[in-house]
Amino acid sequence: MATFDLELVSPERLLLSRPVEMAVIPAYEGEMGVLPGHSPMIVALRGGVIRVTEGGRETESLFIMGGFAEITPARMTVLADEATPLASLSRAAAAQRVTEAEAALAAAANDAPEIRERANDRLMAARAMQDAAQAA
Amino acid sequence: MASLKDLRGRINSVKSTRKITQAMKMVAAAKLRRAQAQAEAARPYAQRMERMLASLGAAVVGSPDAPKMLVGTGRDQVHLLIVVTAERGLSGAFNTNAGRFARARIRALEAEGKTVKVLTVGRKGATYLKRELASRFVGEISYANIKRIGFEQADEIATRITAMLEAGEFDVCSLIYNRFQSVISQVASEQRLIPAPLPANDAGPADAAQALYEYEPGEEELLSALLPKNLAIQIYRALLESAAGFYGSQMTAMDNATRNAGDMINRLTLNYNRTRQANITRELIEIISGAEAV
Repeated sequence: MATFDLELVSPERLLLSRPVEMAVIPAYEGEMGVLPGHSPMIVALRGGVIRVTEGGRETESLFIMGGFAEITPARMTVLADEATPLASLSRAAAAQRVTEAEAALAAAANDAPEIRERANDRLMAARAMQDAAQAA
Repeated sequence: MASLKDLRGRINSVKSTRKITQAMKMVAAAKLRRAQAQAEAARPYAQRMERMLASLGAAVVGSPDAPKMLVGTGRDQVHLLIVVTAERGLSGAFNTNAGRFARARIRALEAEGKTVKVLTVGRKGATYLKRELASRFVGEISYANIKRIGFEQADEIATRITAMLEAGEFDVCSLIYNRFQSVISQVASEQRLIPAPLPANDAGPADAAQALYEYEPGEEELLSALLPKNLAIQIYRALLESAAGFYGSQMTAMDNATRNAGDMINRLTLNYNRTRQANITRELIEIISGAEAV
């Protein structure tokens, strides 16, 4: 089957860089499956799980805390704010994130709408992390 | 002339100083390697970010409601300088260089009639600049308790700058830090953060390909999310370079100190031996002249 180059980088390191058959990414407006030959796009990502398919099987699944993806027909580059393999997600850490994000949102109640929105996005990402941790 | 006992004491104390500086040099070398590896690991993200930003920026830059972070506030009056130094000393001229560079910049900007605000990262820079420029300080950040600087810290600083920009507290923001050139050479330099210098768009066929991107959500929303990230990554890079530079500088300084201590021990040992021989000669003369007198 045809493949395209997937690169997954976080600010701290390069996590993945190899040809894959398909990747499902949590785009801002819904999950998006990317196959080779996809039309060029730049999308924002929300907190969610990236699933990578190679050789007809799902080989990698990582949780990301939002980020961006650049897609061209021959490659996809994902810039993740933070990426953790699903297997090493901890429920306690996720729960703590949710509490922190909730507190931050409550604290931002009187701030500008953009700041509130950002806090809300962070809370959503933290909840997604909790869900992913529970499912894993 | 110092007595033999005094000299022995001094030799021993210099010897233990040498042991300490030698150990510090080893530690700095190990930490330098780690810091360099970390800086290396951060590079791919920064490169990809730059590529994305180049194509997005080109699409937005002309429009009137382009984000402030990209085009600035349109004025050039209030400058915010972020001065990055280390938390600790014993590193030669590392902190002083950055501090002196910052002070010269502040003086130059003020001579042009601009208002300058200073935010320091790292304890040493703060103490250096506070002596005479305390009135320009808007904040100081210290990571003395954090063992390893991560992206989180850079993100924190970026968030703070973004909030200040939203509040209209400055027009132009620059970063001053010691650029890591090699283990023995770090150069204090300035980098503009806001308005963001757009990475040069490689002309030609690449341009045509970039124009075809589809954006989700819109270009402006994407850019307004991407720019703060870019700010954070720039700061992260500077922090890492500064950390690597610090260990490099510390290593060199400790190497020099070890060598100086060695020289000093040689000198003191020579002195000690001379004094000892002089003492013996004197005692012999005393005994001989005593025997002759009898």
